[in-house]
Amino acid sequence: MSLQPFINEAISPWMKEEGPDNDIVMSTRIRLARNFEQYPFPIIAKEQELAPVVSLMKNNYHEQSFDKYQDLQFIGMEELRPVEKRVLVEKHLISPQLAEKAKNSGVLISENEQVSVMINEEDHIRMQLYFPGLQLENALTQAFLFDDWLEEKIDYAFEETRGYLTSCPTNVGTGMRASVMMHLPALTLTQKMSKMIPAINQLGLVVRGIYGEGSEAVGNIVQISNQVTLGRSELDIIEDLQSVVEKLIEQERHARLLLVEQSELRLEDRVFRSYGILKYSRILESKEAATCLSDLRLGIDVGYINNISKTILNELMILTQPGFLQQNAKETLTASERDIRRASIIRERLNSEN
Amino acid sequence: MKCEECQERPATLHLTKVVNENKTEIHVCERCAKEKGYISHDEYAYSIHDLLSGLFNFDSSFSKEHKHSQEENGALICPKCGMTYHQFTQLGKFGCSSCYYTFADNLNPIFRRVHSGNTTHDGKIPKRRGTDLKQKRLIQGYKEELQQLIQTEAFEEAAKMRDKIKDLEKKQWDTEEYKDGGDE
Repeated sequence: MSLQPFINEAISPWMKEEGPDNDIVMSTRIRLARNFEQYPFPIIAKEQELAPVVSLMKNNYHEQSFDKYQDLQFIGMEELRPVEKRVLVEKHLISPQLAEKAKNSGVLISENEQVSVMINEEDHIRMQLYFPGLQLENALTQAFLFDDWLEEKIDYAFEETRGYLTSCPTNVGTGMRASVMMHLPALTLTQKMSKMIPAINQLGLVVRGIYGEGSEAVGNIVQISNQVTLGRSELDIIEDLQSVVEKLIEQERHARLLLVEQSELRLEDRVFRSYGILKYSRILESKEAATCLSDLRLGIDVGYINNISKTILNELMILTQPGFLQQNAKETLTASERDIRRASIIRERLNSEN
Repeated sequence: MKCEECQERPATLHLTKVVNENKTEIHVCERCAKEKGYISHDEYAYSIHDLLSGLFNFDSSFSKEHKHSQEENGALICPKCGMTYHQFTQLGKFGCSSCYYTFADNLNPIFRRVHSGNTTHDGKIPKRRGTDLKQKRLIQGYKEELQQLIQTEAFEEAAKMRDKIKDLEKKQWDTEEYKDGGDE
């Protein structure tokens, strides 16, 4: 096994499984931040203090397997070309911050891409586990087992009153960030989402758009995650998150029903217009592509369109990101060249469906 | 209510400005608020670190009037990684695990702000090393009991307690030795 599948395939193997509530929840992620007790954190550490962290992780876990997370591959950041780093970021296997690093940092990725362990990002270790659909509790159990497995060979920085010690005070305690990626087109269309965000914030949870820049949620995809990591147990945190997500699912389903009933032909028209753009256009800018893909996915979910697989949104959102387009083209592309390539990839992909 | 700035659009934002303890209320529309700089153009341009360093600064000016002076805190330096308290407030990040001990006296207000009032961990304990921790906590508890038994002159029970502690400590010693051997 090598780096190739990680950067040549848009969709990670785990994404092809159907998860619970996957008409609305795209994926669940648990991230745990951990540090070695004996070395300074990456922000201040010298080269000779960062190198042993990388070599220990590589020596102990490269080509190792734990449970269903088979064949972890170590990839050093210095081995990667910028476009390859970009693809890993677009697939959420590494963070943009890790991609900026070169020497003495890297990532371990499991064969099915469900687990990635970032090394020497802001903390020495940031493990993240992904699951299709909504499965917070299972994700937490799995993350704990994986964490225990790593801990067999590492002395974590841990203190009884403060918990897991992290570089940033915002992560101390559990070191956990649990997040759920949701597709909420109906709540966005009916402008209910923006009204719900302040209430969600009050529960110590954060809503973010994950594609695109800044706060806008491109493609109506948002990520909801916990902000507080200290003073509450991991289970309490995910229970809060779970209840908010369930509420949002309920509201989104309700809004979809109303839209279908009340918009008469307008929703159906919108869905098929977007489908038409995706299927026939020759130049497609990323924001337009995201909007149309969101409409298409909504059309599949409410039953207007039956012959396209549901993973199309996850897949094409990643496939049409700048890094992936360039990796696919095997050359650097200007923005307008990317728009042309994006249109052609989407056309090809949709034509292969029927 | 109309926007105070443009007198055209409805005022959708109601802000309270406090300058030197003088409160003024401002009612403006979103566009004027952005133009006047009351709210940022891109909310996310204001990162968590900007927020945090604001909190830290507040904290240090607050504690100036209290037990630590700003200079004293600024002079705190982590013996392990060399980070100063001043650097910590600037960066908003710890340099190593020892910083948590070095700056311990100043951390509660910061944690309270960031974590909805919480300062103490209530979650997972490392599985492998946690057993040592639990053991240590247990022995510590027994030792305190032992002291009390001695003070109340309950010598018979104290002797039993002493043996219990010895046993536990011996077990801990054995596992540590075993572990060291296993690593080779």
